[in-house]
Amino acid sequence: MLHIINKSPYTNSALDACLRVAQGGDILLIEDAVYAAVSGAAEKQVREAMKQFKFHALQGDLEARGIADRVLDGVNKVDYSGFVDLVANNKNCQSWL
Amino acid sequence: MSEEGNIKKFMFVNRKAPYGTIYALESLEVVLITAAFDQDVSLAFLDDGVYQLKKGQQTKGIETKNFSPTYRALEGYDIEKLYVEKESLEARGLSEDDLLVDVTVLGRKEMGELMDQQDVVLSF
Repeated sequence: MLHIINKSPYTNSALDACLRVAQGGDILLIEDAVYAAVSGAAEKQVREAMKQFKFHALQGDLEARGIADRVLDGVNKVDYSGFVDLVANNKNCQSWL
Repeated sequence: MSEEGNIKKFMFVNRKAPYGTIYALESLEVVLITAAFDQDVSLAFLDDGVYQLKKGQQTKGIETKNFSPTYRALEGYDIEKLYVEKESLEARGLSEDDLLVDVTVLGRKEMGELMDQQDVVLSF
């Protein structure tokens, strides 16, 4: 399953909820959720979750926020066509609100 | 879409408290629409979404429609799969007895597995 998160981990519980409940799969960080893809207070949680999930972050959103050069090792950067591939290659997906 | 043999599993994931935002009410509206298409519908309540099912809601004081009785009417639309995450209930000091409708309480792992089995997951 593909899990899509679009809110910062510092202002919203969507990533927390996803990591608590979901049982593996792909996680795509878009919009303000890309802040979870770089070093910071959320880093430990994301690194731990990497054992269970494959993390992706949308390149355009990283670049827009000036953080594309500090993405954590193990987070896969994707462009919009990569986004489409993730949706197409998963059986189902969920946008966490 | 409603043809026999073409029924999809829809799950509505509710993670927000009622009244503070419009999400809970809108979710309920879409749930009822989906039921009209004879789909396999289930509702999941996580995080503050569990407050949607709290017994004894009285909305007169905020001059807002109390839509909580609608959850009890879902059975009449053949929507009987209501799942509540155990951890979310406990974190809010609630138990199954505090809820206004019969539900299945699931641990976070079982809830995650159930999500994996769906064809369509809509989040509110």
